[in-house]
Amino acid sequence: MSKTVTIDPVTRIEGHAKITIGLDEAGKVDTARFSVTEFRGFEEFCKGRLVWEMPSLTARTCGICPVSHLLASAKAGDVIMGLRIPPTAVKLRRLVNLGQIIQSHALSFFHLSSPDLLLGWDADPAVRNVFGLMGAEPELARRGIRLRSFGQSVIEAIAGRKVHSPGIVPGGIANPMTAETRDWMLVGLDAAQQTAEEALELFISMLGKFEREARAFGTFPSLHLGLANDAGTWENYDGHLRFVDSEGNVVADHIDVADYREYIGEASRHDSYLKSPYFKPLVEDSDDVFKGVYRVGPLARLNVCQTMGAARADEALQAYRETVGGTANSSFFYHYARLIEILASTELARDLLNDDAILDPMVRATAGINHRRAVGTSEAPRGTLFHEYQVDASGLLENVNMIIATGQNNLAMNETVLQIAQEWIDGHDIPEPVLNRVEAGIRAFDPCLSCSTHAIGKMPMEVSLLDHEGAELDGVRRG
Amino acid sequence: MRETRPTVHVSFDGVEHEAFVGESVLECARRCGVTIPSLCFLEGLTVWGGCRICVVEVAEDHRLRPACATQVAADMEIKTETPRLRAYRKSILELLFAEGNHVCAVCVSNGNCELQDMAVFCGMDHVRYDSQAPPREVDSSHPKYVFDQNRCILCTRCVRVCDEIEGAHVWDISHRGEHAEVITELNRPWGESLSCTWCGKCVAVCPTGALSYQGRAIGEMEHDPAMIKRLAVARNRGEWLDPGVMT
Repeated sequence: MSKTVTIDPVTRIEGHAKITIGLDEAGKVDTARFSVTEFRGFEEFCKGRLVWEMPSLTARTCGICPVSHLLASAKAGDVIMGLRIPPTAVKLRRLVNLGQIIQSHALSFFHLSSPDLLLGWDADPAVRNVFGLMGAEPELARRGIRLRSFGQSVIEAIAGRKVHSPGIVPGGIANPMTAETRDWMLVGLDAAQQTAEEALELFISMLGKFEREARAFGTFPSLHLGLANDAGTWENYDGHLRFVDSEGNVVADHIDVADYREYIGEASRHDSYLKSPYFKPLVEDSDDVFKGVYRVGPLARLNVCQTMGAARADEALQAYRETVGGTANSSFFYHYARLIEILASTELARDLLNDDAILDPMVRATAGINHRRAVGTSEAPRGTLFHEYQVDASGLLENVNMIIATGQNNLAMNETVLQIAQEWIDGHDIPEPVLNRVEAGIRAFDPCLSCSTHAIGKMPMEVSLLDHEGAELDGVRRG
Repeated sequence: MRETRPTVHVSFDGVEHEAFVGESVLECARRCGVTIPSLCFLEGLTVWGGCRICVVEVAEDHRLRPACATQVAADMEIKTETPRLRAYRKSILELLFAEGNHVCAVCVSNGNCELQDMAVFCGMDHVRYDSQAPPREVDSSHPKYVFDQNRCILCTRCVRVCDEIEGAHVWDISHRGEHAEVITELNRPWGESLSCTWCGKCVAVCPTGALSYQGRAIGEMEHDPAMIKRLAVARNRGEWLDPGVMT
């Protein structure tokens, strides 16, 4: 008899989510779906508001990476006003994004994922969390927390607050940087870089233990999307869009972000509020959007760029490419890519701070409403973020479209859940560690799903065994 | 020069003070250094008495009196801070918050708002009433200013200052009760107004983020209601003073 396994709720991924795994009569995994079950509504309730308010409004989408929304929104505002913002404002925006990448990636690796990696997938859920990590690896946990704290302090110093900062505005940055701020940041970067290098070394030393995960945690061919620049270096703020395939071949390049709709389609599914963006040119039939699956985030960004543009990170990138075989197609390597991005962020932040122009007080341009449509992008820690606005002549929003990284990884996360379920589920008995592996597959993408789950101990989950008529035969609950 | 107006004795919370005949309880209290909170009142403009935040208790009278619109009388015993007054002020604030769409975190006046300050002063840390979430519009048609109805508390400072100080009378109140709203130029978009002089006095006196300058991001709007007092004093004296002198 065929059965359905439902994991519901899987919490805190820009709302709530569930995973539904269908078993065939032999107890083998037949299907797996990842569904987001809560509606946020930002695209609707932002209508009628002013373009200058949009950065702060849309920042409320996320408490972990609000800087990404602030940047994408402020950049859309720049376009609406027809502005080229002062060069120092660009540098400060880049710097604040690097601060965010550091803090968000540190959260993902040290707080959320390293308990799995260091304590084991099968460890007792009561200790498989950041507190368990503190007990087992106190120095590592301490450094991870300090690293995140440093990233948050960079955001606070530039943009006025750690979370939902008011200082990133259309036209530039609200306040210039002081020499005092620059000096403590430069000092803090040394420790941050050291922590990043040690974490990278630790992860590489553990890779041998995770061959099965590297093979089965979402290893499949897909396209990869990221911002790119003409220099070929890792880009996280500006530039154009580039798609590469699973072999690293460039599929589409030099795409103006304003033309994203020509390349990215958005499908809706009846069982999820999360949109499923797909690469349009590969999809002829809207029922078969999986043909256009692409990934965003650290894994994709490292596949899209040629170099990191930073000495130590480039050495790490070279070793990474030797490990993954050039272009990475296993979602497990998101962790590896994330650590390289932390390292690059510390180096690139130092370069920006060593440029005296960073202290130029000219950081904000002003103008009225000069364009009706704008697209703003930024590379969020989790991937490329799009904000598209349509305004009336007085700057009031008439239409809003937001494509968030978690959404763009939606199809890939579905593939990953299916692959993990097929690899580890055998029969109708589903032990807790298998649930944890399913979670960990999602956690590799670092969507908002993983927010705080390990931090509070365990993700609340329900797994139900249902027969083909939906009646519950058995259940596993926790949290 | 010493004031020669006739005086009477009043007491605020048991402490005796000398009050000028004809002045309001609120004026007297401020002159004597007694704190009575207020919202719609603004020195230099006529008294409106609409917000009721400045209510006080007067001995042997069960009614609460608005301090801004109540004249002092001989031997008046005034209480400015009692549990009953605190409860009423808090309720009034909660109703103001519930009636409009006040989201401080994403407001241009966050951190520079008299309504927000008043909530802090009165200890209003939550709203017990359901938010009415009225569908209100933003008028951004003026080249210099923005009017966001969502944040308006109908204090009428803008109406009064435009009429009494600037003399343009662009602003009015339309409708009644919960449907009441401030309008410009007989309900035309502000940007199409022929009578607006772009002076910005209405923006200067607004206690909330309802009126702001174009292009201001969250928390960047700062009002300057004291400017009206300077203008009013200068006009009453028939002279033009250095604004820095009159504070």
